[in-house]
Amino acid sequence: MTAVELGTEGLERRLARAERRGKLRAFLLVAPLLAFVLLSFAMPILTLVRQAAYNTLVSANLPETTALIADWKVDAPVPEPLCEALVREMHAAKEVDPAIPSRIATFVNRERAGSLSRVKQVANADIKAPYCAGLAALHDDWAQPDIWRALKIVAPSFSPRFFLQALDFRLQADGSIRSQDSNEALHLMLFRRTLLVAAGVTLACALLGFPVAYLLAHVSLRVSNMLLIIVLLPFWTSLLVRTTAWIALLQQNGVVNDTLVALHIIGEKGRLEMMYNMFATLVVMTHVLLPFMILPLFSVMKGINPNFTRAALSLGATPSTAFWKVYFPQTIPGLGAGCLLVFILAVGYYITPALVGGQSGQLISNIIAFHMQKTLNWPLAAAIGTILLAGVLLLYWLYSRLVGIDKMKLG
Amino acid sequence: MPSLRTNGFVRFENVQKTYDGRSLVVKALNLSIGRGEFLTLLGPSGSGKTTTLMMLAGFESATSGEIFLDDELINNIPPHKRGLGMVFQNYALFPHMTVADNIAFPLRVRAIGKAETTERVRQALDMVRMSNFEGRKPAQLSGGQQQRIALARALVFEPKLLLMDEPLGALDKQLREHMQFEIKHLHERLGITIVYVTHDQSEALTMSDRIAVFNDGRIQQLAAPSDLYEKPDNSFVAQFIGENNRLRGVTRALNNGRAEVEMRGGVIVPALAVKAAVGEPTQISIRPERVSLEPQNSEINLEGTVAEVIYLGDHIRIRMQVFDDENFIVKLSNGSARRDFAVGESLRVGWSVEDGRALDV
Ligand SMILES: Nc1ncnc2c1ncn2[C@@H]1O[C@H](COP(=O)(O)OP(=O)(O)O)[C@@H](O)[C@H]1O
Ligand SMILES: [Mg+2]
Repeated sequence: MTAVELGTEGLERRLARAERRGKLRAFLLVAPLLAFVLLSFAMPILTLVRQAAYNTLVSANLPETTALIADWKVDAPVPEPLCEALVREMHAAKEVDPAIPSRIATFVNRERAGSLSRVKQVANADIKAPYCAGLAALHDDWAQPDIWRALKIVAPSFSPRFFLQALDFRLQADGSIRSQDSNEALHLMLFRRTLLVAAGVTLACALLGFPVAYLLAHVSLRVSNMLLIIVLLPFWTSLLVRTTAWIALLQQNGVVNDTLVALHIIGEKGRLEMMYNMFATLVVMTHVLLPFMILPLFSVMKGINPNFTRAALSLGATPSTAFWKVYFPQTIPGLGAGCLLVFILAVGYYITPALVGGQSGQLISNIIAFHMQKTLNWPLAAAIGTILLAGVLLLYWLYSRLVGIDKMKLG
Repeated sequence: MPSLRTNGFVRFENVQKTYDGRSLVVKALNLSIGRGEFLTLLGPSGSGKTTTLMMLAGFESATSGEIFLDDELINNIPPHKRGLGMVFQNYALFPHMTVADNIAFPLRVRAIGKAETTERVRQALDMVRMSNFEGRKPAQLSGGQQQRIALARALVFEPKLLLMDEPLGALDKQLREHMQFEIKHLHERLGITIVYVTHDQSEALTMSDRIAVFNDGRIQQLAAPSDLYEKPDNSFVAQFIGENNRLRGVTRALNNGRAEVEMRGGVIVPALAVKAAVGEPTQISIRPERVSLEPQNSEINLEGTVAEVIYLGDHIRIRMQVFDDENFIVKLSNGSARRDFAVGESLRVGWSVEDGRALDV
């Protein structure tokens, strides 16, 4: 090895050390943000996904029951050791925390309605051997296989049943899957409706936002600043205020109907129903999400040199050819970013459909809220949320494959 | 060539332009451009060159006046029907199209057949010597290459007239000089009429048949490059083109095209009367290379003091004080007899009367 080589090696090492120090310093600078994002964003999402598929309430409190019931064939008679384990472990669980039996009962009850008090009773009743007979004496349901089957479904820590329910299927005790009873099957319909509404809102935002962004990008700076403030005004107004304003506009005795009646376009009897339905959801969501379309479009259009269109015209293209062949293709990154933003926001939109959607305007996020607040079925809500998240990620992946995420311009 | 110019292939007649309704950006423009001519609009930034070009291309409308192309009034013809080729400063190559698609664009919008389009694109690429680049996107080309493609695109549909707005402004000096010659040769080969905008005087002098010097929305002088340099009409042109010494004084008398100009201290210096009126202040403009030191039998023989001597290889620049001009420059070729000048030294300067032009102030 020559002296020169030695020298360069030393140089490389020093460079590496210097760069490492620089990287470390950069990392320390962003570390607080990283921690914040992890704690407030990544963790909850992971917890959500976990909760949808993993629950140890039964398996941890009734371990022996869980093991025994896993081996039990759903058509066979219930074996005595299983009855014994259930009775013993329910009593033990009640000693640990008096609330546990009723939480287990809630779980079972979701799979078989009317099981709530049956399960709770077990922890309270004084049952002696033979246990199976004792249980049957407690209530005849314990002599039937259905309640045991429900228990078999909820016992394992890992279970796909909430994901299946989110997609309108039911897991059965023997491991087979059936479709949800038709009166309870509304998730798929809501998913479909949500996608349609999101697509409709995205389309409406694109159609309305494109000309506005074009205008913004092509007027003088003073005018465009003023217009931009008007575009941004919704951002500075509470969502609730904006939504309420729409109620005032669209309701039966609202401004729009009153005007139409006053102009004799419609009669007093024929007032249009524009509130508390799908129409209201579409209109208000379009209004609320429009800025998310306009801003990326505006920023992209602002960067398009007017000489491109001029060049196209000077080369003999008609104004419309110049627009479609030269101008429009260059706005695609902004249009794509705007559509992606609006669509993703629309898919998860909650407050607007809740306030103005009525029955026909409810979306998937409203059913998530319903499961969280009304039925307190958090794992199901988590499962629906996870599916939604997966759908959005899939969309993002598709977009990056088709348009290229590096080409996206958000503003 | 003068015979061609008389009919005026392009004519601006009393054209005015205002953007804001208050100030005129182009004031009473009269300009006639001959078929096959290479005419340059030269002037400082903001003087209205681009506006003039844009009115010709149709992207700006003339506020008043008429513009003719080939004896047809074109004021109200939209740009895409004017059939003019145009090269923009930043080339304006469509970034989402390949080089070949860019050049084919004007042919496709004219619905020219596929085979002919391919052939003409090939010829256009050959013309600018870029044949191997047809598949590339503009972003993958250097500035000079983009420039060539823009040129090929503007020429491929054989326009009557080619407009170029500072097309070489973004290139480095060496490439710019190279492209100047390429464009010049292309012009000679194709015989196309070119209206060229630049603020670079050496570019204008190199390339043009005639130059229109713009300032403040007016053509200050329209002349061939040599006339512009040798015989500037007014002090702006003298100042803008090349280097120029100015001696201020007052015209005392005019006779036979000669102005007798009184300098500070009462010395009378004769000069060629170009724009001078008796009793009015004037300024004598002299090119530095026309000044001689220690003149033997010159009518003009003035005293000056050396303020600075700069050795520049092929020539020596001497900055002197002559009357109240502290920036009187004398260019001395390296071959001249004397070359050791001391700062503070007193020297006599002189020039022939015709080389001093009495202009407006
Ligand atoms: N689109 C426009 N709107 C308003 N003023 C303009 C516009 N374009 C140019 N101007 C003004 O007109 C004057 C002449 O501009 P321009 O023709 O571009 O000059 P040049 O090309 O000689 O630099 C400048 O003062 C400029 O500010
Ligand atoms: Mg300009």
